[in-house]
Amino acid sequence: MSTIKKLIILFFMLFLSLKSFATDIYPFNNPNDTNRFKSLTTELRCLVCQNQNLSESNAPLASDLRQQIYLQIKQGQSDQAIIAYLKARFGNFILYRPPLSLSTIVLWLGPFILLITMISFLIYYIRNTIKD
Amino acid sequence: MKILKILPLGIFFIIIFFLFKGLNLHPDIIPSPLINKPAPLFALPTLDNPKKIVTNHDFLHHITLLNVWASWCTTCADEHEFLIKLAKNTDIILYGFNYKDDLTNAKKWLAEYGNPYQIIVVDQQGLSAIDWGVYGTPETFLIDQQGIVRYKVIGSLTQEKWDRELWPLIKKIQKERT
Repeated sequence: MSTIKKLIILFFMLFLSLKSFATDIYPFNNPNDTNRFKSLTTELRCLVCQNQNLSESNAPLASDLRQQIYLQIKQGQSDQAIIAYLKARFGNFILYRPPLSLSTIVLWLGPFILLITMISFLIYYIRNTIKD
Repeated sequence: MKILKILPLGIFFIIIFFLFKGLNLHPDIIPSPLINKPAPLFALPTLDNPKKIVTNHDFLHHITLLNVWASWCTTCADEHEFLIKLAKNTDIILYGFNYKDDLTNAKKWLAEYGNPYQIIVVDQQGLSAIDWGVYGTPETFLIDQQGIVRYKVIGSLTQEKWDRELWPLIKKIQKERT
Protein backbone atom coordinates (compact mmCIF):
# COMPACT_ATOMS: atom_id res chain seq x y z
CA MET A 1 0.00 0.00 0.00
CA SER A 2 1.35 3.39 -0.94
CA THR A 3 1.94 6.13 1.60
CA ILE A 4 -0.75 8.31 0.04
CA LYS A 5 -3.32 5.57 0.46
CA LYS A 6 -2.30 5.11 4.08
CA LEU A 7 -2.57 8.82 4.67
CA ILE A 8 -6.04 8.90 3.14
CA ILE A 9 -7.16 6.07 5.42
CA LEU A 10 -5.63 7.82 8.43
CA PHE A 11 -7.45 11.02 7.50
CA PHE A 12 -10.80 9.24 7.37
CA MET A 13 -10.16 7.41 10.63
CA LEU A 14 -9.43 10.67 12.43
CA PHE A 15 -12.31 12.44 10.73
CA LEU A 16 -14.92 9.77 11.51
CA SER A 17 -13.81 9.40 15.12
CA LEU A 18 -15.20 12.89 15.77
CA LYS A 19 -18.60 11.24 16.02
CA SER A 20 -17.67 9.73 19.38
CA PHE A 21 -17.51 13.20 20.92
CA ALA A 22 -21.14 13.84 20.05
CA THR A 23 -22.56 12.72 23.39
CA ASP A 24 -20.47 15.23 25.33
CA ILE A 25 -23.00 17.94 24.47
CA TYR A 26 -25.23 16.32 27.09
CA PRO A 27 -23.19 16.19 30.27
CA PHE A 28 -24.65 14.26 33.23
CA ASN A 29 -23.49 14.13 36.83
CA ASN A 30 -23.64 10.37 37.10
CA PRO A 31 -22.96 7.49 34.69
CA ASN A 32 -26.42 6.02 35.35
CA ASP A 33 -28.10 9.04 33.78
CA THR A 34 -25.66 8.97 30.88
CA ASN A 35 -26.63 5.37 30.21
CA ARG A 36 -30.33 6.15 30.51
CA PHE A 37 -29.93 8.98 28.01
CA LYS A 38 -28.08 6.68 25.62
CA SER A 39 -30.61 3.87 25.85
CA LEU A 40 -33.62 6.20 25.54
CA THR A 41 -32.28 7.98 22.47
CA THR A 42 -31.48 4.66 20.78
CA GLU A 43 -34.90 3.16 21.65
CA LEU A 44 -36.83 6.09 20.21
CA ARG A 45 -37.38 6.72 16.55
CA CYS A 46 -36.77 9.98 14.74
CA LEU A 47 -40.01 10.94 13.00
CA VAL A 48 -38.35 12.95 10.27
CA CYS A 49 -35.92 10.30 9.05
CA GLN A 50 -37.79 7.25 10.12
CA ASN A 51 -35.06 4.67 9.82
CA GLN A 52 -32.85 6.45 12.29
CA ASN A 53 -33.16 6.65 16.04
CA LEU A 54 -33.01 9.89 18.00
CA SER A 55 -29.35 9.55 18.88
CA GLU A 56 -28.20 9.04 15.28
CA SER A 57 -30.38 11.55 13.50
CA ASN A 58 -29.15 14.97 12.45
CA ALA A 59 -32.68 16.30 11.91
CA PRO A 60 -33.44 19.49 13.86
CA LEU A 61 -36.47 17.82 15.48
CA ALA A 62 -34.31 14.94 16.72
CA SER A 63 -31.94 17.42 18.32
CA ASP A 64 -34.89 19.23 19.98
CA LEU A 65 -36.19 15.93 21.33
CA ARG A 66 -32.73 14.92 22.57
CA GLN A 67 -32.61 18.22 24.41
CA GLN A 68 -36.05 17.53 25.94
CA ILE A 69 -35.00 14.05 27.05
CA TYR A 70 -31.78 15.49 28.48
CA LEU A 71 -33.65 18.14 30.47
CA GLN A 72 -36.23 15.68 31.75
CA ILE A 73 -33.58 13.22 32.92
CA LYS A 74 -31.85 16.13 34.67
CA GLN A 75 -35.17 17.00 36.33
CA GLY A 76 -35.34 13.45 37.68
CA GLN A 77 -38.12 12.12 35.44
CA SER A 78 -38.37 8.35 35.09
CA ASP A 79 -37.90 6.56 31.77
CA GLN A 80 -41.61 5.70 31.69
CA ALA A 81 -42.60 9.33 32.24
CA ILE A 82 -40.34 10.51 29.41
CA ILE A 83 -41.65 7.84 27.04
CA ALA A 84 -45.26 8.70 28.01
CA TYR A 85 -44.51 12.38 27.37
CA LEU A 86 -43.28 11.65 23.85
CA LYS A 87 -46.02 9.09 23.13
CA ALA A 88 -48.74 11.63 24.01
CA ARG A 89 -47.31 13.98 21.40
CA PHE A 90 -46.06 11.79 18.59
CA GLY A 91 -47.94 8.52 19.13
CA ASN A 92 -46.71 4.94 19.25
CA PHE A 93 -44.72 5.61 16.11
CA ILE A 94 -41.88 7.06 18.17
CA LEU A 95 -41.33 3.64 19.76
CA TYR A 96 -39.22 1.10 17.94
CA ARG A 97 -40.96 -1.59 20.00
CA PRO A 98 -44.70 -1.01 19.65
CA PRO A 99 -46.85 -2.08 22.63
CA LEU A 100 -49.01 -5.19 22.38
CA SER A 101 -52.48 -4.01 21.35
CA LEU A 102 -55.31 -5.08 19.07
CA SER A 103 -53.72 -3.35 16.08
CA THR A 104 -50.25 -4.79 16.68
CA ILE A 105 -51.24 -8.31 17.75
CA VAL A 106 -50.56 -9.74 14.25
CA LEU A 107 -47.14 -8.11 14.32
CA TRP A 108 -46.25 -9.68 17.66
CA LEU A 109 -47.86 -13.11 17.34
CA GLY A 110 -47.78 -13.54 13.54
CA PRO A 111 -44.24 -14.94 13.31
CA PHE A 112 -44.90 -17.49 16.07
CA ILE A 113 -48.17 -18.62 14.49
CA LEU A 114 -46.38 -18.95 11.15
CA LEU A 115 -43.57 -20.95 12.78
CA ILE A 116 -45.98 -23.35 14.51
CA THR A 117 -47.98 -23.80 11.29
CA MET A 118 -44.84 -24.55 9.31
CA ILE A 119 -43.54 -27.04 11.90
CA SER A 120 -46.89 -28.88 12.00
CA PHE A 121 -46.96 -29.06 8.19
CA LEU A 122 -43.40 -30.37 8.23
CA ILE A 123 -44.27 -33.06 10.79
CA TYR A 124 -47.37 -33.98 8.81
CA TYR A 125 -45.36 -34.19 5.59
CA ILE A 126 -42.55 -36.28 7.07
CA ARG A 127 -44.98 -38.72 8.69
CA ASN A 128 -46.79 -39.20 5.39
CA THR A 129 -43.60 -39.80 3.40
CA ILE A 130 -42.45 -42.38 5.99
CA LYS A 131 -45.78 -44.23 5.67
CA ASP A 132 -45.51 -44.21 1.87
CA MET B 1 -51.72 -34.23 0.47
CA LYS B 2 -53.83 -32.15 -1.88
CA ILE B 3 -53.66 -29.22 0.48
CA LEU B 4 -49.86 -29.29 0.40
CA LYS B 5 -49.91 -28.82 -3.35
CA ILE B 6 -52.01 -25.68 -3.32
CA LEU B 7 -50.32 -24.29 -0.21
CA PRO B 8 -47.41 -22.55 -2.02
CA LEU B 9 -49.86 -20.88 -4.38
CA GLY B 10 -51.95 -19.75 -1.40
CA ILE B 11 -48.90 -18.29 0.35
CA PHE B 12 -47.91 -16.62 -2.92
CA PHE B 13 -51.27 -14.87 -3.14
CA ILE B 14 -51.15 -13.80 0.51
CA ILE B 15 -47.70 -12.27 -0.07
CA ILE B 16 -48.92 -10.56 -3.26
CA PHE B 17 -51.89 -9.16 -1.33
CA PHE B 18 -49.67 -7.60 1.34
CA LEU B 19 -47.12 -6.31 -1.18
CA PHE B 20 -49.94 -4.73 -3.17
CA LYS B 21 -51.31 -3.13 -0.03
CA GLY B 22 -47.82 -1.84 0.74
CA LEU B 23 -47.87 0.20 -2.47
CA ASN B 24 -50.57 2.43 -1.03
CA LEU B 25 -49.09 2.90 2.43
CA HIS B 26 -47.70 6.27 3.46
CA PRO B 27 -45.25 5.65 6.28
CA ASP B 28 -44.38 9.36 6.27
CA ILE B 29 -47.90 10.22 7.44
CA ILE B 30 -48.01 9.44 11.14
CA PRO B 31 -51.46 9.66 12.73
CA SER B 32 -51.56 12.28 15.45
CA PRO B 33 -52.46 11.12 18.99
CA LEU B 34 -53.96 14.59 19.55
CA ILE B 35 -57.07 13.91 17.45
CA ASN B 36 -60.26 14.36 19.52
CA LYS B 37 -58.21 15.70 22.43
CA PRO B 38 -58.00 19.30 23.65
CA ALA B 39 -55.41 21.39 21.85
CA PRO B 40 -52.14 21.47 23.80
CA LEU B 41 -51.74 24.43 26.13
CA PHE B 42 -49.60 27.16 24.69
CA ALA B 43 -48.86 30.86 25.02
CA LEU B 44 -46.96 32.32 22.11
CA PRO B 45 -46.25 35.84 20.86
CA THR B 46 -47.53 36.99 17.49
CA LEU B 47 -45.32 37.84 14.55
CA ASP B 48 -46.55 41.43 14.32
CA ASN B 49 -46.33 42.20 17.99
CA PRO B 50 -43.97 40.20 20.25
CA LYS B 51 -45.79 41.63 23.30
CA LYS B 52 -49.17 40.22 22.30
CA ILE B 53 -49.62 36.67 23.58
CA VAL B 54 -52.03 34.23 21.95
CA THR B 55 -53.26 31.23 23.96
CA ASN B 56 -55.76 28.35 23.64
CA HIS B 57 -58.55 30.79 24.59
CA ASP B 58 -58.27 32.34 21.14
CA PHE B 59 -59.37 28.99 19.69
CA LEU B 60 -62.72 28.94 21.47
CA HIS B 61 -66.12 29.71 19.91
CA HIS B 62 -65.09 29.27 16.30
CA ILE B 63 -63.63 26.63 14.01
CA THR B 64 -59.93 27.30 13.48
CA LEU B 65 -57.37 26.06 11.03
CA LEU B 66 -53.86 26.22 12.41
CA ASN B 67 -51.21 26.01 9.71
CA VAL B 68 -47.61 25.28 10.71
CA TRP B 69 -45.19 26.93 8.30
CA ALA B 70 -41.74 28.44 7.94
CA SER B 71 -40.03 30.54 5.32
CA TRP B 72 -37.29 27.88 4.98
CA CYS B 73 -39.86 25.21 4.12
CA THR B 74 -40.19 24.75 0.37
CA THR B 75 -43.40 22.72 0.50
CA CYS B 76 -44.99 25.60 2.43
CA ALA B 77 -44.37 27.84 -0.58
CA ASP B 78 -46.19 25.31 -2.80
CA GLU B 79 -49.06 25.17 -0.36
CA HIS B 80 -49.30 28.92 0.06
CA GLU B 81 -51.24 29.62 -3.12
CA PHE B 82 -54.07 27.41 -1.91
CA LEU B 83 -54.11 29.07 1.54
CA ILE B 84 -54.44 32.49 -0.10
CA LYS B 85 -57.34 31.18 -2.15
CA LEU B 86 -58.91 29.67 0.94
CA ALA B 87 -58.67 32.92 2.89
CA LYS B 88 -60.26 34.80 0.00
CA ASN B 89 -63.13 32.42 -0.70
CA THR B 90 -64.15 31.13 2.74
CA ASP B 91 -64.71 32.69 6.14
CA ILE B 92 -62.74 29.95 7.93
CA ILE B 93 -60.42 31.40 10.54
CA LEU B 94 -56.87 30.59 9.55
CA TYR B 95 -54.06 30.99 12.06
CA GLY B 96 -50.41 30.65 11.20
CA PHE B 97 -47.86 28.88 13.39
CA ASN B 98 -44.41 30.07 12.43
CA TYR B 99 -42.02 27.23 13.23
CA LYS B 100 -38.30 27.70 14.02
CA ASP B 101 -37.94 30.57 11.63
CA ASP B 102 -35.94 33.73 11.26
CA LEU B 103 -38.49 36.49 11.85
CA THR B 104 -37.06 38.85 9.24
CA ASN B 105 -37.24 36.08 6.64
CA ALA B 106 -40.76 35.19 7.73
CA LYS B 107 -41.95 38.77 7.29
CA LYS B 108 -40.18 39.08 3.96
CA TRP B 109 -41.78 35.82 2.83
CA LEU B 110 -45.27 37.03 3.71
CA ALA B 111 -44.71 40.38 1.98
CA GLU B 112 -43.68 38.51 -1.14
CA TYR B 113 -46.27 35.72 -1.27
CA GLY B 114 -49.16 37.36 0.58
CA ASN B 115 -50.55 36.76 4.07
CA PRO B 116 -53.59 34.47 4.37
CA TYR B 117 -53.40 34.31 8.18
CA GLN B 118 -55.52 36.31 10.60
CA ILE B 119 -53.04 35.79 13.41
CA ILE B 120 -49.55 34.33 13.27
CA VAL B 121 -47.98 32.92 16.41
CA VAL B 122 -44.24 32.48 16.58
CA ASP B 123 -42.42 29.47 18.02
CA GLN B 124 -38.75 30.15 17.40
CA GLN B 125 -37.40 27.44 19.69
CA GLY B 126 -39.85 24.81 18.49
CA LEU B 127 -40.77 23.89 22.08
CA SER B 128 -44.50 24.45 21.74
CA ALA B 129 -44.34 22.59 18.42
CA ILE B 130 -43.19 19.49 20.35
CA ASP B 131 -46.44 19.67 22.35
CA TRP B 132 -48.34 19.81 19.07
CA GLY B 133 -46.39 16.81 17.77
CA VAL B 134 -45.09 18.77 14.80
CA TYR B 135 -42.52 16.69 12.93
CA GLY B 136 -42.54 18.24 9.48
CA THR B 137 -43.84 21.38 7.90
CA PRO B 138 -46.36 22.13 6.57
CA GLU B 139 -48.96 20.67 8.91
CA THR B 140 -52.52 21.87 9.38
CA PHE B 141 -54.71 21.29 12.44
CA LEU B 142 -58.47 21.63 12.48
CA ILE B 143 -59.73 22.78 15.89
CA ASP B 144 -63.42 22.96 16.76
CA GLN B 145 -65.35 25.57 18.81
CA GLN B 146 -64.58 23.75 22.05
CA GLY B 147 -60.85 23.84 21.37
CA ILE B 148 -60.67 20.13 20.49
CA VAL B 149 -58.26 19.04 17.76
CA ARG B 150 -60.39 17.24 15.17
CA TYR B 151 -58.06 16.61 12.27
CA LYS B 152 -54.49 16.98 11.12
CA VAL B 153 -53.27 17.31 7.56
CA ILE B 154 -49.62 16.36 7.18
CA GLY B 155 -47.88 17.90 4.21
CA SER B 156 -49.23 20.37 1.74
CA LEU B 157 -52.91 21.29 2.09
CA THR B 158 -54.37 21.00 -1.40
CA GLN B 159 -57.77 21.59 -2.96
CA GLU B 160 -58.17 17.82 -3.22
CA LYS B 161 -57.49 17.25 0.51
CA TRP B 162 -59.75 20.19 1.35
CA ASP B 163 -62.65 18.82 -0.68
CA ARG B 164 -62.22 15.22 0.43
CA GLU B 165 -61.16 15.50 4.07
CA LEU B 166 -61.50 18.92 5.65
CA TRP B 167 -64.62 20.51 4.19
CA PRO B 168 -66.95 17.52 4.93
CA LEU B 169 -65.63 17.46 8.50
CA ILE B 170 -66.07 21.22 8.93
CA LYS B 171 -69.67 20.91 7.76
CA LYS B 172 -70.19 18.08 10.24
CA ILE B 173 -68.72 20.12 13.12
CA GLN B 174 -70.94 23.08 12.21
CA LYS B 175 -73.98 20.80 12.38
CA GLU B 176 -72.97 19.45 15.80
CA ARG B 177 -73.36 22.95 17.15
CA THR B 178 -76.87 23.62 15.89
